[in-house]
Parts: sequence; C-alpha cells; structure tokens
Amino acid sequence: MNDLLGVVDWSRAQFALTAMYHWLFVPLTIGLSVIVAIMESIYVRTGDPKWKGITKFWMTLFGINFACGVATGIILEFEFGTNWSNYSWFVGDIFGAPLAIEGIVAFFMEATFVAVMFFGWNKVSRRFHLTATWLTAIGVSLSALWILVANAWMQNPVGMIFDPEQMRNVMDNFTEVAFNSVAMNKFFHAVFSGWVLAAVFVVGVSSWLLWRRRNVDTARKSLKIASWFGLVGMVMTMWTGDGSAVEVARVQPMKLAAMEGLYDGNVGQSLVAVGFVNPDKKPGDDLEAIKGEISIPYGLSILANHDPDTFVPGINDIIEGRTITAGGDTVYGDSYADRIAMGKAAREALSRYAAAKSAGDTAAMEQAKADVMANFRYFGYGYLDKPEEAVPPVALTFYSFRVMVMAGGYLMLLFIVLLFVCYRRTAVLEKPWLHWLGIISIPVVWICSQAGWIVAEVGRQPWVIQDLMPTRAAISDVTTGSVQLTFWIFAVLFTLLLAAEISIMLRYISRASKKNIEQPE
Amino acid sequence: MSSLTDHIAAVVRFYVDGFKSMTVGRSLWLLIIIKLFIIFAILKLFFFPDKLGSDYDSDAERAEAVRNALIINKQTTD
Repeated sequence: MNDLLGVVDWSRAQFALTAMYHWLFVPLTIGLSVIVAIMESIYVRTGDPKWKGITKFWMTLFGINFACGVATGIILEFEFGTNWSNYSWFVGDIFGAPLAIEGIVAFFMEATFVAVMFFGWNKVSRRFHLTATWLTAIGVSLSALWILVANAWMQNPVGMIFDPEQMRNVMDNFTEVAFNSVAMNKFFHAVFSGWVLAAVFVVGVSSWLLWRRRNVDTARKSLKIASWFGLVGMVMTMWTGDGSAVEVARVQPMKLAAMEGLYDGNVGQSLVAVGFVNPDKKPGDDLEAIKGEISIPYGLSILANHDPDTFVPGINDIIEGRTITAGGDTVYGDSYADRIAMGKAAREALSRYAAAKSAGDTAAMEQAKADVMANFRYFGYGYLDKPEEAVPPVALTFYSFRVMVMAGGYLMLLFIVLLFVCYRRTAVLEKPWLHWLGIISIPVVWICSQAGWIVAEVGRQPWVIQDLMPTRAAISDVTTGSVQLTFWIFAVLFTLLLAAEISIMLRYISRASKKNIEQPE
Repeated sequence: MSSLTDHIAAVVRFYVDGFKSMTVGRSLWLLIIIKLFIIFAILKLFFFPDKLGSDYDSDAERAEAVRNALIINKQTTD
C-alpha cells in the first residue's frame, strides 16, 4: 500500500474523509434549523400547543445532530497547518479572514441563540424565543457562507495580489473575494441542498412514525411541511446548480469537460444522459470516450451558457487552447503547453528572486518579481510535466455528477408524490410502501449531497488553487506514516461519532414516539 | 450597579436551570466534552503540529521555507 500511495494521496484521502464526515452533519443542521423555525412560527401564529410539542420533538433531533457535528470542521484546519503547510501559507489572509469571521459568527450567534432555543421555553416570551430560533437558523447558514467563500476562492482565485517577498497572496479586494460569483452560487446551492436533505430526514422519520402507527397526526403534519420545504429546496437547488454549471463552464472548463467525459467539444454540444466512461480513453487518442451513450441534444451547450449554439470545449480542446466563437471561427488561446512554459518561467523567476534576495541585489529582485508577476496566472502549471497531468479523474467526476443528478431527480419526484398524497390521496398515507419509500430515501439524500461535493472537489484536480497551485505542491514535508496513522485515528473517531449520533437519535425517536409528542411534559 | 449584577445573575440562573433540566442534553454535553478533549488535548497536541509555526521563528523564515519548497518542489514520499 505504501508503495502505491504517497504522502500526497494519503493527505488527500484524510482530508476527503474528514470533510465527508463533517458534511454528514452540516447540511442537516442547516436545513433542520429552518424547518424547526417554520414549525415554531406556526405555533406562535396559531397558539396551538400541539405545534409546540412538534417543534420540540424536531428541535431535539436538531440538537443531537448539532452536538455531534460541532467542531468536526476544526480538524480540517488542523490538517491545513500540518499536512498542507505550503498551501496554508500561500493562501495567506484570503483563507484566514473568512474562516475567522465564520468562527466569530458561529460562536456568538449559534452559541447564544441555541441556548435560548433549548433553555428558553417558558422563560422568555414566545416571540423572543421564535426570534432566537430564526437567528440560530440564519447564523448556521451564515457560518456556511464564510466557509464556502473560502472554498470558492480556491476554485476561482480573485481579489488578491501575490507577493513573492511574503510568499503569500495578499487580499486587495475583500468585496471581490466575498462576492465571488462562484461563492454566491456555491453558497445558495449548498444551503438549499441542506434544506432538501433535512426535508428528506423529516420525511423519513415521519414515515417511520406512520409505519409504526405512533403519533400519526404529528407525522402527517411534519410530512406535509417537509414535502413543501423539500420541494422549494429542490427547485432552488436546481436553479443554483444551473448557475454553478455556468460558472464552472466559465472558470473551470476542464471540470465541466470531465463531468461529461467530453474530449472533443462542439457547437450545440449534447449532454450525456446515460453512458459509461471508457477507462482506456486518454487525451489525444482516437478511442471512444463514452460507451453506450444516450444523449440529450444541445443539452450541454444550454447547461453551460443557456444557449443551444454555444461551443463547449472538450478536454482536447482545452489542452490545445481551442475554441469556436459565436461567429463560427476557430480561435486559439493559451494552450496547456503555453501555460506550462509560463508556469515554469514563473518558478524560475521565483528562484532568481530568492538568489537576488540572498545576494542583496534589489535591482535583480525587482526584475525577478516582475517576471514572476507576468507569468503568475499560470504559476501552478510550472509543476506539471505534460498537459495530461492537468486532467482530473474523469470517471469519478462523470459518475458522481450523474449520481447527484439522478438522486436529485428522484427526490424531486418524491416530494411531488408526497404532496399529491397528502392533499389528494390521504388514504395512501397508511400504505406501508409509502412509509418504506420515505425511510429508504434518507440514505439517498446523503449520497446525493456527498456526490455533489465529489464533483466539485475531484473535478478541480489537480488544483488545490485553480491554476496557481497543484495539490502536490501544497503538501508539507511530513511522512506518509504519520498521515496514515492520523487517517485511521480519524476513521475510527468519526465512525464512533456517527454511530453515537445515530444511536442517540434512534433511542430518542423510539422513546418520544411512545408518548404523545404533541403534549410534551 | 445592582441592576447589572441582577442581569448577570439572571443569565447565570438561565443557564444553570437549563442545564439542570436537560434530559437528552446531558449525554450530548458529555459527548461534546469528550470530543473536544480528543480534538484539542490529543489530536492537536500530539498529532497536528503547525509545521511552519513550530519549525520557524519568524514570518520571514516561514516565507523563505515556503519559497524554497515551491522552487524545489520535492514531493515527499517515504
């Protein structure tokens, strides 16, 4: 195993493991906080104490998830400092500022208002309590905003100037960083997908209550709210996903090409609906890229630019810098060979800068700095030996994208069916098949959510910062053994944590379901 | 002054009463405390040193270390 996987791969695996476990908890916190706030709003508006009981039931499940998930993201920051020190230093305050804001927001908003949510029943007024619940929900989403701003900067680095003296990217435009178009789409896409995830969770638990014929009234009310909430969340997720696709086409065309397994693009490019990636396919060869392909005509052009006649470049086109204009002319921009040459020139200039600095030759330092800056936009390509190294893992990106889309489509259908049943065919609410459909949808939504992140993060390889730093240059001088050790520690720790969460949740649901949820003590 | 003291006492009482009346929350707090202990007292202390922070004394040295690493780009493998 050690022979195959070096420190880069183990560090990536560790980061992926930590991030994926962290993301098991986060979207449920984001979505469930809003569902709880909606339920409490109904209670305050109607004054019906049954809604207070229902709110408290779901609020407790929110609390269990919140407690299990809190601080799991801090480990990612530890990994930055230990395994990814070159990266941590290189990103400078660009990454630090949003994370610091996130820490402050998380601590003050969530910690304060979560306490009022749980301890404040009968101690503060109804309206004050409701305000605290909504502020908790808003605080949770705002925390996600700053994390996603930091992530978006890695996908589309803007608003900074590189300083070879400090060896850091120095933020020169906070607005550009904070309102990065990638960040905005990513934020809303992640938050609304959290709504969907929480809605399916509520659907699943409610379905279990219906199946066991316990607290049927609570389950029906919850099912109705969750279905509406999930449907709205899904529509918004699809809308923001569409916006994300346009952004990916603009700033990360290689990721889009990998998502589609597209090597040679066309005007009016079709979208692969069904197909299998040919594992032998390599850039520049004549092999078929997708086997058994069934396509949607013009689909990818519409997805990428909302225009069926747009040219969408494939992997080969991007490597060669080729594009076709709206007028039908073939034009060439920077090929990957050009970019590699510029990246190597930037690295060589950086080397000259270091030598001039040691010699105290300020004139040579200035010249070298100018050369670094002239080539800096492709700095990361200087670590590649050939263009093919800039192609992400196509199969994993391709299949993850389809898993996400298909699972999302299924969930959209689920919410529509549930709403139809809730309003037009209430007798179906007693059918066991419907209950099991709700229950088995719980893992589906988590798989959908994780697949989305795989598309986003695997699809941008080999970059840890788009075009500026490949993953292998970001790594610290650490040994594979130490990363392997902590990888397995995390694997055990997070699995225990997840088992604890599921166990506490199941025990609580089982215990609460045997009492009247709508009449809490 | 006494008004401020009253306010602080009320806030403290709010939290104390809240903690006392917890049911599921007790095991959750236990879980949180154990988790934070493992994260900060074990993982951070023994397994996750800040490489640049601990190996170098000044930002200038850290910048030089990163510059050298990015110029040479020795991919670390065992």
